[in-house]
Amino acid sequence: MKKPFAITLEVESSLANHTGSWRVERPQYVNLMPPCNNACPAGENIQNWLYVAEDGSYEAAWRALIVENPFPAIMGRVCYHPCQTACNRAQLDEAVGINSVERFLGDHAIEKGWSIPVTAQPTGFHVLIIGSGPAGLSAAYHLRRLGHEVTVREAANALGGMMRWGIPKYRLPREVLDAEIKRIADMGVKFELNTRVDNLESALKEGFNAIFLAVGAHIGKRAYIPAGEAAHILDAINVLHDVEDGQAPMLGRKVVVYGGGNTAIDVARTAKRLGAEESIIVYRRTREKAPANDTEIKEALEEGVLIKWLSTIKHADAGVLKVEKMALDEKGFPQPTGEYEDLEADSLVLALGQESDLSLLKDVPDLEVEDGVVKVNSMMMTGHAGIFAGGDMVPAERTVTTGVGHGKKAARNIDAWLRSIEYVGHDKHDIVEFKDLNPWYYSDAPRTVRPRLEGARRASTFDEVVQGLDESTALFEARRCMSCGNCFECDNCFGVCPDNAVIKLGTGLGFEINLDYCKGCGICVNECPSGSIVMIPEKS
Amino acid sequence: MLKQVEGSKAVADAVACCRPEVICAYPISPQTHIVEGLSRLVKAGELKNCEFVNVESEFAAMSVAIGSSATGARTYTATASQGLLFMVEAVFNASGLGLPIVMTVANRAIGGPINIWNDHSDSMSQRDSGWIQLYAETNQEAADLHVQAFRIAEELSLPVMVCMDGFILTHASEQVDIPEQEQVDAFLPPYLPRQVLNPDAPISIGAMVGPEAFTEVRYMAHAKTLLALEKIPKVAQDFEKIFHRTSGGLVRSYFCEGAETVVVALGSVLGTIKDVVDELREDGASIGVLGIITFRPFPFEAVKNALKNAKRIVVIEKAFSVGIGGIVAENIKTSIADQATPVYTVIAGLGGRPITKTSLDALFHRAFSDSLGPLTFLDLDQDLVNREIIREGSK
Amino acid sequence: MATAPVKFYQVGSFAVGNRLLPPEQRSIQSDAERTNALTSGHRACQGCGEALGARYALDAAMRATDGKMIAVNATGCLEVFSTPYPESSWRIAWLHSLFGNAPAVATGVAAALKAQGRTDIRVVAQGGDGATVDIGFGALSGMFERNDDVLYICYDNEAYMNTGVQRSGATPPAARTATTQAVGPNPGNVFGQGKNLPRIAMAHEIPYVATATVADLRDLEAKVARAMEFRGARYLHLLVPCPLGWGSASCDTVRIARLATQSGLFPVFEAERGELVSSTPIRQRVGVEDYLKLQSRYGHLFSPKRREDVIDHLQANANRNIWRYNLVNADTKNADLLEPGTLS
Repeated sequence: MKKPFAITLEVESSLANHTGSWRVERPQYVNLMPPCNNACPAGENIQNWLYVAEDGSYEAAWRALIVENPFPAIMGRVCYHPCQTACNRAQLDEAVGINSVERFLGDHAIEKGWSIPVTAQPTGFHVLIIGSGPAGLSAAYHLRRLGHEVTVREAANALGGMMRWGIPKYRLPREVLDAEIKRIADMGVKFELNTRVDNLESALKEGFNAIFLAVGAHIGKRAYIPAGEAAHILDAINVLHDVEDGQAPMLGRKVVVYGGGNTAIDVARTAKRLGAEESIIVYRRTREKAPANDTEIKEALEEGVLIKWLSTIKHADAGVLKVEKMALDEKGFPQPTGEYEDLEADSLVLALGQESDLSLLKDVPDLEVEDGVVKVNSMMMTGHAGIFAGGDMVPAERTVTTGVGHGKKAARNIDAWLRSIEYVGHDKHDIVEFKDLNPWYYSDAPRTVRPRLEGARRASTFDEVVQGLDESTALFEARRCMSCGNCFECDNCFGVCPDNAVIKLGTGLGFEINLDYCKGCGICVNECPSGSIVMIPEKS
Repeated sequence: MLKQVEGSKAVADAVACCRPEVICAYPISPQTHIVEGLSRLVKAGELKNCEFVNVESEFAAMSVAIGSSATGARTYTATASQGLLFMVEAVFNASGLGLPIVMTVANRAIGGPINIWNDHSDSMSQRDSGWIQLYAETNQEAADLHVQAFRIAEELSLPVMVCMDGFILTHASEQVDIPEQEQVDAFLPPYLPRQVLNPDAPISIGAMVGPEAFTEVRYMAHAKTLLALEKIPKVAQDFEKIFHRTSGGLVRSYFCEGAETVVVALGSVLGTIKDVVDELREDGASIGVLGIITFRPFPFEAVKNALKNAKRIVVIEKAFSVGIGGIVAENIKTSIADQATPVYTVIAGLGGRPITKTSLDALFHRAFSDSLGPLTFLDLDQDLVNREIIREGSK
Repeated sequence: MATAPVKFYQVGSFAVGNRLLPPEQRSIQSDAERTNALTSGHRACQGCGEALGARYALDAAMRATDGKMIAVNATGCLEVFSTPYPESSWRIAWLHSLFGNAPAVATGVAAALKAQGRTDIRVVAQGGDGATVDIGFGALSGMFERNDDVLYICYDNEAYMNTGVQRSGATPPAARTATTQAVGPNPGNVFGQGKNLPRIAMAHEIPYVATATVADLRDLEAKVARAMEFRGARYLHLLVPCPLGWGSASCDTVRIARLATQSGLFPVFEAERGELVSSTPIRQRVGVEDYLKLQSRYGHLFSPKRREDVIDHLQANANRNIWRYNLVNADTKNADLLEPGTLS
């Protein structure tokens, strides 16, 4: 065919015209920090494991999750999920139920019996961990994955620390706790039960290369309450411990719990389950100011627990308490009003916080203790080289998740310290805000609510209150994730480019801008749902 | 097969024998009978594998033809007068794209004032459109030129306009030897397009060409069109071999050899002129006739050869360029620029005015005495126009 | 209706692709092997809606026809930026003839294919709004009336952009163009009846008429696919924002198309044989101001003096569309106007 000169052209001959030269700005793919990840005390890469779970790859998702946290089934029950509080989706409809997906993955792993192989070369180092609570177990797990020998010494007769002795089993069934701990034991961590460490110096002489202290805070704080001789006053942490031991204390028909934290709620709910007709919490401030998690307060109220806000106990006697009403001053602090009332109570349980038993540190040089907790540096190391500490015994929020996070951070720093290198974490990316997203593209989908036992029924049983999601709802929930700040291969950039200047690299590989043709219009940036493309100026 | 038929019918039958695949048309007098005939043949199934498209305008007619031809279909349309002008943009586009469309122009005047009768103003206005223009002298030639037109068009990848005088030919019943299908098949091979829209081998037809190449594109169009001056005589020779009659070619000479006066004209008026010339020659006058069949490209060499010994030339044309005068005459003058032969331009037959033998006889006698002005309007009512010019000029 | 737990796919079909969907349910544009009928190196402005719309539509048509397709193009931006000698951006069989004749040229292509017995090859004609509603209107109507087997796609950017943003019959009221300038007591284009070509097409009772925008790819692809299920004349009217002519940011092309639909100013619907068969409900309803404010062609409605009367008139037009095409259901959340500036 003799094509006429100039009037007829070869197809796609325009590829010779590199329109990229028009550009003054270029799009660039970025990985930003999703607010959930940023908020996670355990440093989980939540966006990532949700992404992996979205196509039903549960084992891969679980394995991605446990890189940071060995306890998804526990987390899925007891974590107060600051990730969900931070979740950008809350501004679209409702936050993603991250916690319920985590629990699903954790339970699924237990059901399937997935284990964690130790693939790292043995390092020859041996680390002693004192305490088997969340921080200690987390440190043991991470150190073991890094190839170290790990021995955990636990004063009690069972592992888990506050997860066992502080959290009632209606929130954390013991078979779940045991299963996730067993997985760590199966990795080759040595556990020594009923082994209280009284003297750190002598432990150091046993030849451990490093020590991680995670003894927790198990001593209930005392407050002076004038009381008659017959007053029946107990300590919350002891009550919970005894219940766990199968030696539930006699609390009577009417129980009053004094305090506004999660332990107060746990005890009040436990009292209900032990048969108390009335379980009343007395707290000196308002609900907004109470440190207890709101969900737990709600569940307690559903179960019939009564709460007297803005009230203090002035005097305790047999069968009766004198309670003073408080009022908020203009600064929002509670002040006594001089108005009193009597409250019938067979027992008073004090839930005013816990302190650590730091007696084992007494002869260790260079250790600094302040306000009842051990000071640590940014590496989680105490003033004494080689001795690290974490969990409730260091200054921090006292939650299971924070403890797990401490354990991880300490493990990575111990590893570096043992190898005489510096642990360098990832650079923290900028946090993606809701305004950086293009939420138009996300399907409308309110969050899936987890089934729960009816309030009346659960008040009489230690059965788990909150149930898990089944697979299809867990999948639904995972897919509600907007992958803030991270490409999830929605192909929008590939599609919306008027110049075909986006190259699709294939599943899992993302995209690349073809700078030969990209004119820098910025549509891909605008239409990226997750805010993971930004425009940057061209260098002149 | 000899038939006593209307010219339009003869053309329709000849076109049908060429196996067109797409015919599109919008009705305008005096083209109507041609397309009516073809539409009947298609509808009746006598003309197979052919689509007849009734379009909403001549602009659409030529546009449909462009699309169809670019898709590799042999394509035909017909128009006249205002219709031709209405499709002008597409007429130029068709030649620019090199599409071998064949179109009949049933010549008619252009308004205003509106006038439905014959002259050459319509096709002459398209002399620069890049189409090959053939002018038929008789209904037989009109039929034959269509058969030749497809072959010329397709071999050169250029569109061809076959011009035949409206009413005078289109509506006149004469004896015509209608081409036989076997003869046409032997003469006209199936259309092999130079390029075609094909999803399996895609190309982009109709690019925008800027100053950097536009001159070259136009020069090549000119050079390619000039090839028709070799092609047309060969096609006419081939035609004669198969059909055993003479039709087409560049020019047709009638006693030009040795004639002192040569009359030049296009189309059906040649018949009347020849009758007058026959009589004048019987009276001993030295006069001949040169018929121009191929007006675009203009056959300079053939014209020059035919006119080289003439003492005077009279060009009779049915259109003129307002403000200058003769169109054909100017082309004749260019071809004999190295001769001093006087060329008399005669504008005749505008808007259907009869060109009578009497008037021609008088005209030629004035020519013999070289008393013709350079531009004559035949049978002009000079008194009337003088009067009106004065009236319109007065305050 | 029972609320069965639906399969939920994160971005569903809102985004171009979705790795969670089975391959056969994914969009054509998400396919790395898509035709790219209009490929890189074309000279359209940054953020050109027409370039995007043309690739969306033609790739879909290529899929629907299994690659057996010929496209005819009217003169205009799309033609000029795609085929300046010596380079063509097309990867399909393509013909450009003139400004006002694309429908007729396409008729010719279709007639040729029919005569040749190659009706497996389908014909698409395309042009801008000027070529469609103005200069080529007669040819388009003729093509409709004869019911020729052509899908005609109008890329509507609401003015003559190629010649420098002059008013067309599709220019909306109050919009500033080079020939309806923002001067005098009634700045911008007149409030006329408009030339609503989809409705005119419906009046021809051709097999299929649809509107779509570059903001809803899946809807657009479905409509092209549906159009290709019919023989005869079909019409697709595609809104393609023009950053140059509308005075909008090049990055906002898709966003503006989205706002046009969500405000009700551009109703998205389809009709078969003259009857409306579906309309795409507004998902997140916005006031017209959200749409207008992103475009300097409406700048005179907000500065130096706010023209409440004109904005109200445009809102009334949008409301009429919403009523006429049933774009919101009173019982769903899309009935309420979002706070201004909510929708990105």
